[in-house]
Amino acid sequence: MNKNKEQLLNKRYKAEQRFRLYGQSAIFMALLFLTIFIFKIFSTGYSAFQKTWLIVPVTFDPELMMLEQNPSKEDIQDADYYDIALKSMADLDLNANEDQENELKRMVSYFFEKEIKNELLNDPNLIGKTKEVYLTASDDLDQVFKGNYPRDLPEDQRRVSDYQLKIFDQLVVNGKVESKFNISFFTNADSREAELAGIASSFMGSIFSILVCLMIAFPVAVLAAIYLEEFAPKNRFTDFIEVNINNLAAVPSIVFGLLGLGVLLAIFQLPRSTPLVGGITLSLMTLPTIIIAARASLKAVPPSIREAALAMGASRMQTTMHHTVPLSMPGTLSGTIIGLAQALGETAPLILIGMVAFVNTIPGSPMDPAASLPVQIYIWAESAERGFVEKVSACIMVLLGFLITMNLFAQIIRHKFEKKMELK
Amino acid sequence: MNLILFIFIVLLGFTSYYFGRKKAYTIQSTKKRLTALPQFYGYYLAIWCAIPAFIIFSLWAIFEPTIVKLLILSDYSNQGYLDDELNLIYEKTKALSRGQFTGEITPFIDASAEKYLSLRSIAQSSKVVIVLSAIIASVAYAYKRISSNSRTREPVEKFLNAVLFTASLAAILTTVGIVFSLIFQTIDFFKVIPLFDFVFGTHWYPAKAFVRDSSEALDPTMYSDTFGAVPIFAGTFFIAFIAMCVAIPIGLMSGIYLAEYASAKVRQYAKPLIEILAGIPTVVYGFFAALTVGPFLKELGTSMGLEVSAESALAAGGVMGIMIIPFISSLSDDVITSVPQSLRDGSYAMGATKSETIKRVIFPAALPGIVGSILLGVSRAIGETMIVVMASGLAANLTLNPLESTSTITAQIVVILIGDQAFGDPKTQAAFALGMSLFLVTLCLNIVALRVVKKYREKYE
Repeated sequence: MNKNKEQLLNKRYKAEQRFRLYGQSAIFMALLFLTIFIFKIFSTGYSAFQKTWLIVPVTFDPELMMLEQNPSKEDIQDADYYDIALKSMADLDLNANEDQENELKRMVSYFFEKEIKNELLNDPNLIGKTKEVYLTASDDLDQVFKGNYPRDLPEDQRRVSDYQLKIFDQLVVNGKVESKFNISFFTNADSREAELAGIASSFMGSIFSILVCLMIAFPVAVLAAIYLEEFAPKNRFTDFIEVNINNLAAVPSIVFGLLGLGVLLAIFQLPRSTPLVGGITLSLMTLPTIIIAARASLKAVPPSIREAALAMGASRMQTTMHHTVPLSMPGTLSGTIIGLAQALGETAPLILIGMVAFVNTIPGSPMDPAASLPVQIYIWAESAERGFVEKVSACIMVLLGFLITMNLFAQIIRHKFEKKMELK
Repeated sequence: MNLILFIFIVLLGFTSYYFGRKKAYTIQSTKKRLTALPQFYGYYLAIWCAIPAFIIFSLWAIFEPTIVKLLILSDYSNQGYLDDELNLIYEKTKALSRGQFTGEITPFIDASAEKYLSLRSIAQSSKVVIVLSAIIASVAYAYKRISSNSRTREPVEKFLNAVLFTASLAAILTTVGIVFSLIFQTIDFFKVIPLFDFVFGTHWYPAKAFVRDSSEALDPTMYSDTFGAVPIFAGTFFIAFIAMCVAIPIGLMSGIYLAEYASAKVRQYAKPLIEILAGIPTVVYGFFAALTVGPFLKELGTSMGLEVSAESALAAGGVMGIMIIPFISSLSDDVITSVPQSLRDGSYAMGATKSETIKRVIFPAALPGIVGSILLGVSRAIGETMIVVMASGLAANLTLNPLESTSTITAQIVVILIGDQAFGDPKTQAAFALGMSLFLVTLCLNIVALRVVKKYREKYE
């Protein structure tokens, strides 16, 4: 009998341990996913912050450029650079036949002509001389140099030929290939050529959308929260508004995209693909988040503050505007930042209102067509070229950087707010 | 031009505020008792400056384009053009007047563009005149009222209250906007495709509607067997099911562990770390699923001799599950911590172990709240877009094999609406009909879930 009891107790203790283990492994799994995730993004993305350059001697032959003696600035601007650009690449292998010359040309970026031109514009004295110029390597060679490209594939499955690899390896041995920090990733707009594509246009698009979103959502949400928390009578209509807000917070984001498409674009005829429409759509999405946060922080203001103000003869409006709202502001702001961070990472509604258009200029206002960072991730992730994979990861790193900063900021504000309330 | 006018009106508002307050001080200096603090006199005047400006600006924004269009097109009214042609003429006129017209310029359109520009400038200058005179009149009226020292605080506060109330309507307006934007397209869609075919049809090939020549008349028989949404609905629920299979055990167990077992220190670090998973944008999950998980599962399957699609439902659903873990874990954590301590103490006093207490006492007590949090998770899984668009297939297969690719409501909406859409095309309308069904399904889930959670909270408060 006694033995039986002990067995039962042992069994129960074992069950206890097992249950505890399930809990621990669940936490472990969740954290493991997070780690794998972040590791994967960083390990594929960090190389995008480096860019490979080929150092190629270029002879600025005035005859090939159709330049007269003592050319003016305009002449240099209008000169023909194609021939000298081609020649400088062809000269990498003096025995190259015509096909091989073509392959040599494709070892550098599509706009290598322009890079040579800029070199001459910077220093017009180069005419007639030879100088080693840094040319952006093609994205495939860039990937080869970074070790992301499987060189052992059969030649017909590769985008770089054996010949290109041979010449490239010679350049590497001669120290004519250099890797530098990739500034153009931050200053260039999107491009079809992976080596030239940058995040400047989508970054500006994101900034403009978020600004529009902030300018609409913040005032409306704060005013609505003040009304609902401080003035609204308890009746069916107010309940209806509350139910609405809570539901909107859980409506799938793509439905807001349909709203933007069906109302903002189709009825109000606002310009497609612009951060203006994107921002308005996002603001409708962020509205419930900010309202809920603002109401919570209004509720957290101790009633003693209100009572003191009312006792001093302030009207209800004065009490609210002079005391309650300023005290609740930090909590509201931190909720707003979290809402904006959500909006910053949103993709689906922006795709529906056309912010997926290919934009190769940097937008200067919310009325110009633009993409946004998450949409840029989507666009690049859908392209087949290998060079875009690391760009996607790098773009994700930039986006996550922003989101983490925003959330930290929100947390710091919230922390200060909570401390202040404890003092009261 | 509008911007300058706007800035000017704002300046006018500030000036009226200043004069109102000054007037209050002069009244005070005559030893009369003020009816409110001096700044209320200022606010009163500023509000009387803002209201007419706002009304006139809105009226102009609504009516000016319509009136100008009417006036321009009245020139063409007796030449027997169709409505569409008239619209085209008007668009051409506008483009020409902005200098963006690239087609052939006929003298007619040239004249219209001239007229358009002159009408616009007349409208613009009359707007300036009317706005300014209205502001002057209303400010003068208000100034007279404050001179007679009538009440100012009450009207100002009433106005503010009205502004606050209007702002709180924004949520309702958004809901109305959503329903409004979905319903008309959906009704049009069901005029062409019978509701029965949509809900019970098993073939979904919206691409078939591409082929139609736009000049042809709509032929409903063409679309039979094109818009049967069963595979889409099945795919949506299937992927959501896979996601919940990942999210519920991990999320629930980590919620229970954090609430009942974890030390304060573990809780302090583990909770925010898990919540990072909720902050990662879904497009990033999509990329992860498409680039890492999909190919990994495919390789794994091949090594075990299974045929796995690179865009399998398993990859999309699994990654979606990871995304939902933090929702379930933090909601169930909240729910479990709000179960009163007395229940636990009672159970321990009867000699139950911790896990027995959790399984037999706390879990049943917290069940409604947990069900609510799971329903919210399901609603999120159904509405999730980017993971499915990037990682699962776009062709709608009716299958229950997680290793094959399926498609979802959200993915189909994106596929149909990406790029240019022609409103009035059944294909575009189909996207809105899908959106409507998505909205309704998630709405029901949300209402039920929120109500359950609310009831539960009230029970233990």
